[in-house]
Amino acid sequence: MKELKVQYEKVLSDYLLNQNESNLYIGQNLVRQLMKNNISPEDLVSIHKQSMENIVPNLPEEVLNSFDFLIEVMVHFGLKLKEHQSLLLKQEEIRIEMEIAAKIQNLLLETKIPKPNGLDIGMVSVPVRKMNGDYVHFMHDDEKYFSVAITDVVGKGVPAALCMSMVKYGLDTLEYANSNPSYVLEVLNRIIEKSVDDSMFVSMFYGRYDLENDIFTFGSAGHEPALYYNSKEQTFTDLDSKGLLLGVLPEIKYSQTDIHLSENDFIIMVTDGVTEFRNMKNFDSRTYIKELAKSLRHLSAQEMYDKIFENLNKLNNFRLTDDFTIVIIKKY
Amino acid sequence: MRNHPTVKIVTELDIVAARRLSRNMAKEIGFGVVDQARIATATSELAKNIYLYATTGEIVVEKIEKNGQKGIAITAIDNGPGIANPHKILEDGYTKSTSQGAGLPGVKRLMDSIQINSELGKGTVVRIEKWLK
Repeated sequence: MKELKVQYEKVLSDYLLNQNESNLYIGQNLVRQLMKNNISPEDLVSIHKQSMENIVPNLPEEVLNSFDFLIEVMVHFGLKLKEHQSLLLKQEEIRIEMEIAAKIQNLLLETKIPKPNGLDIGMVSVPVRKMNGDYVHFMHDDEKYFSVAITDVVGKGVPAALCMSMVKYGLDTLEYANSNPSYVLEVLNRIIEKSVDDSMFVSMFYGRYDLENDIFTFGSAGHEPALYYNSKEQTFTDLDSKGLLLGVLPEIKYSQTDIHLSENDFIIMVTDGVTEFRNMKNFDSRTYIKELAKSLRHLSAQEMYDKIFENLNKLNNFRLTDDFTIVIIKKY
Repeated sequence: MRNHPTVKIVTELDIVAARRLSRNMAKEIGFGVVDQARIATATSELAKNIYLYATTGEIVVEKIEKNGQKGIAITAIDNGPGIANPHKILEDGYTKSTSQGAGLPGVKRLMDSIQINSELGKGTVVRIEKWLK
């Protein structure tokens, strides 16, 4: 400290004699040493004051007092600065933690797309933040049935991701793909209603595909309707089913509906991140997606979602506003 | 504790009185100008906490000595709502109201030690110390 004081006084007096760039440069280079010696801003002002008293005797009282005032201000300024730095450090810690959590979530919620005979299945799920609030769950245990659940937690980020893990384990307990959609929704509603915070809701579209008879049975808990394309009539039908979001009330009953799929028919299931465009109020996104899908119908399920994602992303100026998930099932 | 100089904190002006008391004591003990400023700032923060959250309380300033080393201790006593997690309050960003001042994490940095005893519904005692080096 003493040595630094002497050094500072020397550099300062050099500068007072000759105000050139090189003396300024030497002055700034002192900062590294000051920091190494843990000299705080207020300490430096004090060193400056003492140096000035030595270099210029009989300084006016006002000038000396002004340094005391500056010391006082610097104490507080330095405090706020340190607080800021420590918050930045904390933020970095949280960022690293989030990254790890997102990795774990990806492992946890990894979905393997099944390849049942006669069906072409493709999907994409892109989170808007690190953690995904959408989740797709497939089950295909024998050659008779294949089932799919597409879910969206109301909310984003970590809370949504935690809730999603529970939905996944709820679905895992069902074990077999042959369960009725209405039953599946009722079971999950009970689990979520019991164990999740009141402010947390989940929407789900659940479908079961009878591979022997090509019958798709579906039910919905407040989820965005799926789109069914009938290739013979070249028309779209909304696969809607009235049902409350999961987790709102206990003991809710859900209905289910059957449709029959023929060759080249397909079903597109989405989350609201696909159909909601925040920057375009009067845009009919469902009609847009229908027309787009119709023009792409000759492509495979994977090529179709690739193109749909590309188009919608472009419309959104390549800025997702919500988790984005599409599942396409094509009968061939 | 009764024998030590005390300032009752009721109005905002009392914060200034507490600063003055601690600064004068620090000067008397032999602290330099910069440390005087630190001690007065720390005292100011404690007094401000009383004024903002507990409505009334007091600041006690005392000279301390240990193994021939001299120092200063400032104790803030209030009968306010108390603090639920005294440990957490020392973490930066724990309270939003720190925007008013530097808060207790800042006070901790200015001094050598800080000790918080608090009971919900009864009040809080914060004692800070700084030693002459």
